[in-house]
Amino acid sequence: MATVTLKPTKVPELMFEGYSITPDAFAGKTPAQIADLPGHEGKIVMKLGDFFEVTGNAGDTAADTNIVINGDCTRVKYIGARMTAGSVTVNGNTDMYLGGWMKGGKIHVKGNVDSFCGIQMQGGELVVDGDAKNHVGCAYRGDWRGMKGGTIRIKGSAGNDIGTFMLGGTIIIEKDAFIHVSTHAEGGTVIIKGDVEGRVGGQMVKGDMYVLGKIKFMMPGYQKVGTVEKEVDGTKATFDHYIGDLGERHPKSKGEIIYANLYLKAAA
Amino acid sequence: MADGELIVKGGYVVDPTRKIDGEVADIAMKDGKIVDKVSSSAKVIDAKGKVVMAGGVDVHSHVAGPKVNAGRLMRPEDKLLSGTCRSGMAQKNGYRMESGFSIPSVFRTGYEYGRMGYSFVMEAAMPPLLAPHTHEEIHDTPIIDEAALPVFGNNWFVMEYLQKGEVENTAAYIAWLLKVTKGYGIKVVNPGGTAAWAWGLNCLNLNDNVPYFEITPAEIIRGLIEANEYLGLPHSMHLHQNDLGNPGNYKGTIDALKIAEGIKAKNKFGREQVMHSTHLQFHAYGGTTWADFNSKAKEVMDYVNKQKNITIDLGCVTLDETTTMTADGPFEHHLHGLNHLKWTNVDVELETAAGIVPFVYDPQSKVCDIQWAVGLELALFAKDMNRTFITTDHPNAGPFTRYPRVIKWLMSKKAREATLGSFKHKDKVIEATNIHGIDRELSLFEIAQMTRSGPAQCLGLKNVYGGLAPGMSAEVAVYDLNYKNMPSDPEKIEAAFQRAACFIKSGEIVVKDGEVVSNGHKKTVWVNVKMPENPQVTRDVTQAFTKGTYTMNLINYPVREYLAPHPYVIDVDVEA
Ligand SMILES: [Zn+2]
Repeated sequence: MATVTLKPTKVPELMFEGYSITPDAFAGKTPAQIADLPGHEGKIVMKLGDFFEVTGNAGDTAADTNIVINGDCTRVKYIGARMTAGSVTVNGNTDMYLGGWMKGGKIHVKGNVDSFCGIQMQGGELVVDGDAKNHVGCAYRGDWRGMKGGTIRIKGSAGNDIGTFMLGGTIIIEKDAFIHVSTHAEGGTVIIKGDVEGRVGGQMVKGDMYVLGKIKFMMPGYQKVGTVEKEVDGTKATFDHYIGDLGERHPKSKGEIIYANLYLKAAA
Repeated sequence: MADGELIVKGGYVVDPTRKIDGEVADIAMKDGKIVDKVSSSAKVIDAKGKVVMAGGVDVHSHVAGPKVNAGRLMRPEDKLLSGTCRSGMAQKNGYRMESGFSIPSVFRTGYEYGRMGYSFVMEAAMPPLLAPHTHEEIHDTPIIDEAALPVFGNNWFVMEYLQKGEVENTAAYIAWLLKVTKGYGIKVVNPGGTAAWAWGLNCLNLNDNVPYFEITPAEIIRGLIEANEYLGLPHSMHLHQNDLGNPGNYKGTIDALKIAEGIKAKNKFGREQVMHSTHLQFHAYGGTTWADFNSKAKEVMDYVNKQKNITIDLGCVTLDETTTMTADGPFEHHLHGLNHLKWTNVDVELETAAGIVPFVYDPQSKVCDIQWAVGLELALFAKDMNRTFITTDHPNAGPFTRYPRVIKWLMSKKAREATLGSFKHKDKVIEATNIHGIDRELSLFEIAQMTRSGPAQCLGLKNVYGGLAPGMSAEVAVYDLNYKNMPSDPEKIEAAFQRAACFIKSGEIVVKDGEVVSNGHKKTVWVNVKMPENPQVTRDVTQAFTKGTYTMNLINYPVREYLAPHPYVIDVDVEA
């Protein structure tokens, strides 16, 4: 394994689109070649070297390449987007689209991230130690094909529209979330360990949701069908089991209608 | 450029209007027109070893107007992976950014047609009430000349006049509407069916009753053909048939085509057909369900081949993710029920409706593959390529940017077999279609008929577009294909037609080596019918606006001059 270190040297005037900051783009390149990789600032094509000092070595392949960013990337978008292997560690915050469309490898952000992290993710692991803004693991605007695989873990809280149109994979929010969880989802699992304001599972066709805190406003399209014991991400608890969204179409399997499941931790 | 003089030298000329098939010749141009010769100071374009054709003519494409724009708004994801939204071109040459795949932005629309060497495109369905928007978009689309067909097949005035057998009043109303909307001709979409949709119904059969109007689709079709010939319009009645896209619809399709039997074209534009039946691919299906769905392209083309007063376009499925959009409102609702994707539905007062649904023509789906075969089979069974035109009903069966791929499939059995061989359900597709057994490969001459001379004549524009005879507009496309030595690799055919080596639009070089080098000087083409005022029609139209049947005032209805600032008006005189 080889490690490339990026040190931010200049705050972009507009947001910098760091879509080249991936193990795939770095693999097999020298620091000078990496500094020469493109990125947009507005409509102008800039170079990574305009905003970062590049040191260290890349591996021969993406899988052999670790990227460490030492500093703040609050104005850098698309870090790790579309990566297939290797790792990216950010010792700071990042802007939008962190790990969007990623297929493999691991991203670890030690600060907070803006919106659209893990959008339409297909595989790999994305961990954020701080908070995430909106649209964690959701579909691209307008698209009906959301996150398909992989795991997103937000150790802080998240905003609205989590797992919209989700088809597979797992999203874990360790603290609270705001509104719109798994809207339109047809698969996958969302676990919220804190409280949610509401609109959980609206128009959801299939898939699972776990809420370990409280839901302030339940969707009217969910019906309680029982109580179950479950272990979720290391927590064992009793859950009220709801199915829904009853206002949405649902597929049939072996003659049985398949609903989405909401497991809400039962009051002690 | 001396006095606007240009000469394309030494190419293999393919021009069906003059029966020229691969002759090495020069094409001279002066002041926007093709001429016999030019002075020695003319700018020379070397076309040696390349194919030279007239600019392409597209008879049916949805490229401007409210439903196209609603499609763009509805599908931001269509722009995400569209490739050239950040093409170097915008920055390199100072041209406009391009975006969108199945519903490209107006700039991308103009640039892509230009790169393919196309001169003219017909916007195939303009809701009259929203004609101003349609013309604004047309004006904003660079390079290509455009016209638009207002829709009449579900129009209340038309249905009321025709129900009473009043062809003359229908014609007078059409003449008025073409003038105020700057329209080109008569488009008919699911006649009666879209009007029935306002009641939540449809007309799948030619003899179904249209609720309230007490008329049938067959009567609307026949009446509009008669009105068209009464006026002597450059184009014929242009029909999107009833029962689109359903298994077993081919019988109804042939019955609708039969309505044209015995009617003769009357016009001074050299048009021979009285009915253009569009995107026939969607109307040539056998079977009773999606399970026994199969191709009836042969049966439909057997009829088309012997009936000389009909023209058709293919509507080829290109196996892409695209966006369907049509004035066939009930069909879009039906489609939404099949694929569960997002759906837009709009009603346009007394005139029409529209629906939009994204659609993925998945190569792993047997049904989509059969549709793909049907579109190509129609062309391969056609006997008269001057009556058979290449379209994808853009964007319904695929984007217009796939015409080069359709050409590749039509010119190369090897290319068809390669696509067929990639299907998961190949054997079932072969069983349900004829494509595997067809060896025919179309020639460049036949492709030029289908994309140049044929559609130009069908639209009554054969003196302007579609050929390279002196006096015609200087529309010349040069393709990097050696007529004498066509590539054995079909991919090279597609590549050559995708990016013209050179394209001259109205005497100006707009594309060089596949890249746009000028925004050109596009024109809006419309038809101005001159006939004596018809007092009853004037009274009926005025009342519809004053009595509140329309939600707007008559004075606000017409398309203002500034929306079509570069008009090319075709006058039609109707005697009293
Ligand atoms: Zn159409």
